[in-house]
Amino acid sequence: MKKKFNDSLKSKYILIVITVLCLILIVLTFVTDMASGPVGYVAGYVITPVQNGLNQVGDWITERGAYLQNSTDLVAENEELKEKVDTLTAENNQLLQDKEELNRLRSLYELDKQYEDYEKIGARIIAKDAGNWFNVFTIDKGSANGIQVDQNVITEGGLVGIVTETGPNWATVRSIIDDYSNVSATVTSTSDNCIIAGDLRLIDEGKIRLVKLTDTNDKVTVGDKVVTSDVSDRFLPGILIGYISEVGMDSNNLTKSGTITPVVDFRHLHEVLVIKQLKEIDAAKESLDAQSDTENSVTADTSQSETETESGTEEE
Amino acid sequence: MKRRIVMIFLVLLSFLLQCTVLQAIAVASISPNLLLVITVSFALMRGKREGMFVGFLGGILTDIFFSSGLGFYTLLYTYVGFVNGFCCRIFYDDDIKMPILLVCGSDLALNILVYVFRFLLRGRTDFFFYLGRIIIPEVIYTAILTMLCYRLLLALNRKLEKAEQRSVDSFV
Repeated sequence: MKKKFNDSLKSKYILIVITVLCLILIVLTFVTDMASGPVGYVAGYVITPVQNGLNQVGDWITERGAYLQNSTDLVAENEELKEKVDTLTAENNQLLQDKEELNRLRSLYELDKQYEDYEKIGARIIAKDAGNWFNVFTIDKGSANGIQVDQNVITEGGLVGIVTETGPNWATVRSIIDDYSNVSATVTSTSDNCIIAGDLRLIDEGKIRLVKLTDTNDKVTVGDKVVTSDVSDRFLPGILIGYISEVGMDSNNLTKSGTITPVVDFRHLHEVLVIKQLKEIDAAKESLDAQSDTENSVTADTSQSETETESGTEEE
Repeated sequence: MKRRIVMIFLVLLSFLLQCTVLQAIAVASISPNLLLVITVSFALMRGKREGMFVGFLGGILTDIFFSSGLGFYTLLYTYVGFVNGFCCRIFYDDDIKMPILLVCGSDLALNILVYVFRFLLRGRTDFFFYLGRIIIPEVIYTAILTMLCYRLLLALNRKLEKAEQRSVDSFV
């Protein structure tokens, strides 16, 4: 009886020790911005290779599932597709002509060119967040491959997220649809700044929330292109995020908010590109100054306050 | 000692499955929580110490890879192990209803705590949306996973206990 009593007392002591330890750790990570450090280093060598292998098993299962689901629809779909091929061939010829025109216009339009010159490294997604609350994933490249915290992650289409933590052969990426994510962005048609804030409630609709849009001339419309802004201190300028799908006036009658549809398909993400170039804060400041020269002081002020809110919430 | 090694491997394995294969079989982007199933099962079968041990390991792995505040999940999972340990020996461990109930309760509590600390504190007050979209589906899916896994875990535990019994006998 006494032994049992001691045993129960002992586990209580262990619990108290662990509790105190964890609380200290939580406070430490919040205060000092400390990453998982040496533990992450060791874990990277043990766990990442296995994750890599197991993830392929997961992908295989998904593929099989999709295969079984689809085979019944295939016949009907085939008919439909054949018709479509004909119409598309005609359309394609038209588009080829358009494309030539586009190329000419694009060479005039410098914005798109900007992020094609950055040095990039391809990486594969090997694991996703263990819970259901966050949209964080692990990639199979790490500090050994030159990946650093705050590097931008893109795919062919547009912005995916940002590196939040690195190990020797792994890195954690927070996607822009994650609830913690905030990205300073610009609407290209009017050069108005806004914040793209991830929201768990909108993920099912495949949308991201857009807030604090300063559109004094009331010119931003649905379908406008949204790219990362010059004034962001973590995101390189001019990376495509998505298109506005809904926009409306806030109750304060000063700013607008709404939603955007991202160009990246976050559900079927397998490979990503990490841009090795980091955004330099000095460069960001410069462009901010340049902007305040050209624009009137009111918009410059608001964009400044936006950078502040962005860096404030991104500290997570 | 042998048990500790087996447990460490089991937790590692379930963490790896959790963030790879289980994410692939997610229904409506909700995946079950295998780490919780393991934690609750061993707390129920073996008591507080074992539950805390398993929970601690699983939590710290989650923290290292996916959490922004190191120690948050460690704390949660350790407490899950501890609290469920109280039910050890009160119930017959080969009855499947009890572990399912406990897993559901724990998953509910765990997710509500995650919501409170990670979402409510940032002003996301729409609790019922999160309850209906994330918490309840996860609880149900995890309960189904428990039905499938618990017997296996029980068999593993019996095997370990038998092995321990044998080594004790050989000393005498």
